[in-house]
Amino acid sequence: MIEPRSTTPGPIDREIPSSLNQLYQEVILDHYRKPRNKGQLDEATHAITMNNPLCGDVIELMLRVKGGSIAEARFLGRGCSISQASASMLTGRVLGKSLEQALELSGKFTHLLHGDGALLSDDDLGDLRTLAGVSKFPVRIKCALLAWNCLEELGDGTGADGGSG
Amino acid sequence: MAAMTDTKHATGVLASERPPEAAGHGWDPAAIRAQFPILSREVNGHPLVYLDNAASSQQPLRVLNRVERYLREEHANVHRGVHRLSAEATEAYEGARRSVAAHAGTRDPAEIVFTRGATEAVNLVASSWGDASIGTGDEIVLTKMEHHSNLVPWQLLAGRTGCKLRFVDVTPEGTLDLDDYDRLLGRRSRLVACTHVSNSLGTVNPVREIVDRAHAAGALTLIDGAQAAPHMLTDVAKIGCDFYAFSSHKMCGPTGVGALWARRELLEEMPPYQGGGEMISEVKLEGSSWAKIPHKFEAGTPNISGVVGFGEAARFLADLGSEAIASHEGALKRAVLGRLREIQGLHLYGPREERGRTAVFSFAYGDVHPHDLSTILDQRGIAIRAGHHCNQPLMDHYGISSTARASFYFYNSPGEIDVLCDGLAMAAEVFGGVA
Repeated sequence: MIEPRSTTPGPIDREIPSSLNQLYQEVILDHYRKPRNKGQLDEATHAITMNNPLCGDVIELMLRVKGGSIAEARFLGRGCSISQASASMLTGRVLGKSLEQALELSGKFTHLLHGDGALLSDDDLGDLRTLAGVSKFPVRIKCALLAWNCLEELGDGTGADGGSG
Repeated sequence: MAAMTDTKHATGVLASERPPEAAGHGWDPAAIRAQFPILSREVNGHPLVYLDNAASSQQPLRVLNRVERYLREEHANVHRGVHRLSAEATEAYEGARRSVAAHAGTRDPAEIVFTRGATEAVNLVASSWGDASIGTGDEIVLTKMEHHSNLVPWQLLAGRTGCKLRFVDVTPEGTLDLDDYDRLLGRRSRLVACTHVSNSLGTVNPVREIVDRAHAAGALTLIDGAQAAPHMLTDVAKIGCDFYAFSSHKMCGPTGVGALWARRELLEEMPPYQGGGEMISEVKLEGSSWAKIPHKFEAGTPNISGVVGFGEAARFLADLGSEAIASHEGALKRAVLGRLREIQGLHLYGPREERGRTAVFSFAYGDVHPHDLSTILDQRGIAIRAGHHCNQPLMDHYGISSTARASFYFYNSPGEIDVLCDGLAMAAEVFGGVA
């Protein structure tokens, strides 16, 4: 995958820890490098921007809720692979759900990040299960949850700028 | 208490910029590392490689033991009692002031005010000198590379007084644009507040030049020395500045303590920092009843054990010798620059050459986000900083939100550069190559 590096000294242990391979799975890096549904959503009924002041990561989550369910979801933002991949996945998994159902998913995802292994067999989480490796890196949980914090705020009605559609 | 020897102070220019004639005299890297117990611990199954020294340095046994001895054997309140312990505590406290004064290059310990850190030192000047001297229409000249601690206190002062803040531009190479500085300086300029060394870029600013031009325009100068004092004996007289702020915990001392150096006349003129603005007129009516400097600025029981540790740290650095420290750090800096330049996809911010910079390296590594990089390196026991480094305006200047930063200190070894580079290679592998 990468070119050999003449700059790299030999005798150091080159093995990648399994925890890192668990954390940075291909599907996560794919969402990071090719985010889905990234862009402005002009007809958003719900929108909110949240940041993580400690690290500077920013996510703006925009939803278009129609007939009681999420018809469209997009995000804008910048940050680490975990925060961006999580936002990208969110915009795919919440489609067709009511806000209530989306919040339910958010709750399950939060539990997954805190190490609830039983959720690994929950199909509702889909690709989000690839983020389960974050549970081994407690300081990174807030990265994975940034987009979901946006969703929670929208679900609570505080971030709504266009009613519930 | 070890007396300070008659040390020849560096001028505020890094000693490493001079020929390294004193290189390595008696410098035993293994013995020096052995004095820092934390450096022998493991992190994630690997020996700790501590490269976050610009955030906070580690403390040697000498400092840890001195603080413990103070707490076990000498503690009482200072400047209060006539009993033996109080006298010993006061001597330890004031002895530390002499050591810190020597580190700053002043012969007058009363010019050293102990604070909670460099941040409080800047706040002290902004509140005490600023509120008394600054008014609407006055201007304070800062730079776009200031740490938030040398920016936000002036924003607060501007909010209180209506003064204007002007900002010297930063060049793409991460140095100050001195032509822009000349344009900003004018008859309204009352103070120039500038960092000695950039905490994120490692740039060493030409402080003497900056101070001279400020004085020619009639402005006073404050130099933020938080990132300089750990690496060089500062000579405030040669810099020529009016205020100099620095922190203990970035120079092998405890956290929660720092110092403001200011010229005696200024400190004598300035109103107290704590005690409340409403007290000032009352005191004026009755005639001054304030303590002499520096105690006028040290309200309440100070962080005595922290100050004692700070003093020991200053003596520790003096015993190592600024020439030897600069020489070793200079060698590390050359080696790191050489290695980082060879790494594909790595973009280094700040000065590309060793001249005019310290061993602080902020960089981007392909599309591996700094937080991801820090997580990956941490698995190899490598501690680097990822983020905006309390430098958000500078990050905005470069159109980024964060960088990875590896900052070295004299106790780091060339072998740790190898570990860092290998960790970077692993990060590239984890990310399937760097774009």
